[in-house]
Amino acid sequence: MVFNLFKRSQPKETAATPAAPSELAQAQAVAAPGEPVEPDVPVLVRERGSEAGKNIAQSLERTRGGIFGAVRSMFQQRPELNEAFWDELEERLIQADLGAHTTADLVDELRSRHAKRRFDSADDAQMALRDSMIALLGNERPSLNLPEPMAVVLVIGVNGVGKTTSIAKLAHLLTGLGRKPLLVAGDTFRAAAIDQLKIWGERTRTPVVAQSPGSDPGAVVFDGLQAATSRGMDTVIIDTAGRLHTKTNLMEELRKVRRIIDRQVPGAPHETLLVLDAVTGQNGLMQAKTFAESVGVTGLILSKLDSSAKGGVVFSIAQELKLPIKFIGTGEQLQDFAPFDPQAFSGALFK
Amino acid sequence: MFEALTDRLQGVFKDLNSKGKLSESDVDEALREVRLALLEADVNFKVARDFVRRVRDRSLSAEVQESLTPAQQVLKIVDEELVATLGSEPGRIDWTGTIPAPLMLVGLNGAGKTTSAAKLALTLRKLGQRPLLVACDTYRPAAVQQLVTLGKQIGAEVYQEGTSASPVEIAQRGIKYGRDHGFTVALIDTAGRQQIDERMMGELVQIKALIQPTEVLLVANATTGQEAVNVAQQFHDQVGLTGLILTQMDGDARGGAALSIRAVTGVPLKFLGMGEKIEALQQFYPDRLAQRILGMGDMLTLIEQTQELFDEGEAEQTARKLAKGQFTLNDFLTQMQQIKKMGSLSSILDMIPGLNQLTRRPEFNAAVSDKQFKRVEAIIQSMTHKERAHPQVIDGSRRRRIARGSGVTVQEVNQLLNQFRQMQGMMKQMSRGKMPRGMAGMLG
Repeated sequence: MVFNLFKRSQPKETAATPAAPSELAQAQAVAAPGEPVEPDVPVLVRERGSEAGKNIAQSLERTRGGIFGAVRSMFQQRPELNEAFWDELEERLIQADLGAHTTADLVDELRSRHAKRRFDSADDAQMALRDSMIALLGNERPSLNLPEPMAVVLVIGVNGVGKTTSIAKLAHLLTGLGRKPLLVAGDTFRAAAIDQLKIWGERTRTPVVAQSPGSDPGAVVFDGLQAATSRGMDTVIIDTAGRLHTKTNLMEELRKVRRIIDRQVPGAPHETLLVLDAVTGQNGLMQAKTFAESVGVTGLILSKLDSSAKGGVVFSIAQELKLPIKFIGTGEQLQDFAPFDPQAFSGALFK
Repeated sequence: MFEALTDRLQGVFKDLNSKGKLSESDVDEALREVRLALLEADVNFKVARDFVRRVRDRSLSAEVQESLTPAQQVLKIVDEELVATLGSEPGRIDWTGTIPAPLMLVGLNGAGKTTSAAKLALTLRKLGQRPLLVACDTYRPAAVQQLVTLGKQIGAEVYQEGTSASPVEIAQRGIKYGRDHGFTVALIDTAGRQQIDERMMGELVQIKALIQPTEVLLVANATTGQEAVNVAQQFHDQVGLTGLILTQMDGDARGGAALSIRAVTGVPLKFLGMGEKIEALQQFYPDRLAQRILGMGDMLTLIEQTQELFDEGEAEQTARKLAKGQFTLNDFLTQMQQIKKMGSLSSILDMIPGLNQLTRRPEFNAAVSDKQFKRVEAIIQSMTHKERAHPQVIDGSRRRRIARGSGVTVQEVNQLLNQFRQMQGMMKQMSRGKMPRGMAGMLG
């Protein structure tokens, strides 16, 4: 079953006033196995055109104001579309982390179009740039493949990109959509990573399966999948240790985890989500390429998109690797997380 | 997208090598590649632009034009300018003044502050200090536990109050605890924060005002993109930085962020983080980082060493001899000894892009080992001066004597003499302006 993230499965009208994240004190609030998940978690994701678009626009306000603001203002000054203008446009796109190559492709296209048939106005040129950028990201709104009765989501990435936080947010979002997620603490390496996931489990009232630090991640995953079946949970989200894509032994470990998942739940993991920090530059492309080649990636989570970070590297990734961005994370709160809407994203950048 | 700068530059310079002089457009073509390499390494575009401008000015100056090897000169200028921008101060930590000396680690979320704090503690202990770790990240779930765990791993004490107190209070009490218990340095691990978060940045300012740290170190990830400049600038303006720790340098990020941060804020790069294992932080070497940013292997080191060791007068003399076919075994010996000064043969070949793959193959090592090198040296040294100057006089009985004298077989002496003849042929070619293919064959 493909899970459309833009539809709510429950007719809940809770507005976007998020419940304060439960504190450590509420340890007992961890959902017991099989216990129905409390339905009072606010649903952030709305029908497109209403709240969702607005939220993305809001979270991208700084991005809009910052670098892309600079791009927009270039067009708004009704400039002459000459070489100097294209050069400056190039520099501003590079500054947004689009990378030298993607930038050159985008601007060269505008240049040659303008040379063939002049743009009527700077606005037209801006629209053309916007359209090319939307075309890079694709028009499709993201969906998650989360089949019944058991869907498995593997979350991977280099160190410090925000995997654990993203997992908590994803669990929160899926719970709101009526799923019953279970978290697996597959990062047995980093100090206190298990504790971190457990705290998020408490805050999101999601059960967490964990073993002791230093244990075999494969074994934890095995346990987690068994526990999910016996407890009647329908979505398993697996946290993994951060690893640099250049470390072959750690990539091999990830492939092993994948094999274990597949043996337990044939065809799984149904989603392998790579978390990418929005502040990452062109190395993000190397990360995405290597992870995709060695373990397979079904989509990206672009984290930490608040701040004035630009996340322009997603355009390079979309161009070079054709990987869809499925979610964006925009803060430290549970509800700072939304499905990625390419049109709204590019649109917001140029609004 | 993924081809290395070295290959592209070699392409540009291959054409240039055959020319005696560089035109303005030659230089511009080469510098376009340099600029692209910098941008791909995430060097801020303004920094890249200024950098290329400086290199261009110097490249078009007389000193380059009159050099024997203008193309190499341009590369050398690129390297020198990079190193100059990166700065060459050693990564020194200031712990003088108050006891314990307060050190603050600050940065974005996920930059690697906590891991770096533990590594820094280890580094300081190796320097004879007694470091205390102070856990002031009360925001990220389990951050305190993480520091406690790391502290246990390295046997360093951690001052912590869980998440019940404010980071400002914990920092203050941590310092007091350090003072009361004889610690010489207190490392304050702070929570990750966005540079635009006014409240959180205010907290850092407050901590700094109260504890008066001797060092405020920004921890930044080597993968950081164009935003690195804004991040560093904001932290520097608001909190005041004294140094930079660049993490995840064990990956394949080129680390252009370091160049940008240094160029824009002037804050020195102090240490590099090289992995998840808690071991001491690495010293930072500007030349190595420069090459990494350019994606160039150690080509520049090789060029520099070559330039240091072969002075140009001598090179010219050799070139003249070559042109007249007067290159003797004596010259060959001198050349070999000069190459030896640069390090082992395989380490030299390792520095040359393309050839370094060769040295990793076992059959190569058997053929062109440093042992082989020594043997050739011994053979030549067993010859008389006349034999060295006029190899054609070496007949059968001389060959036997040379073999006995150097402890090799006659076949090996023959082999060397054959190779030398081939080499002379190659040298003549080279003197006509063509670089011979395969340096390895020449030396084998």
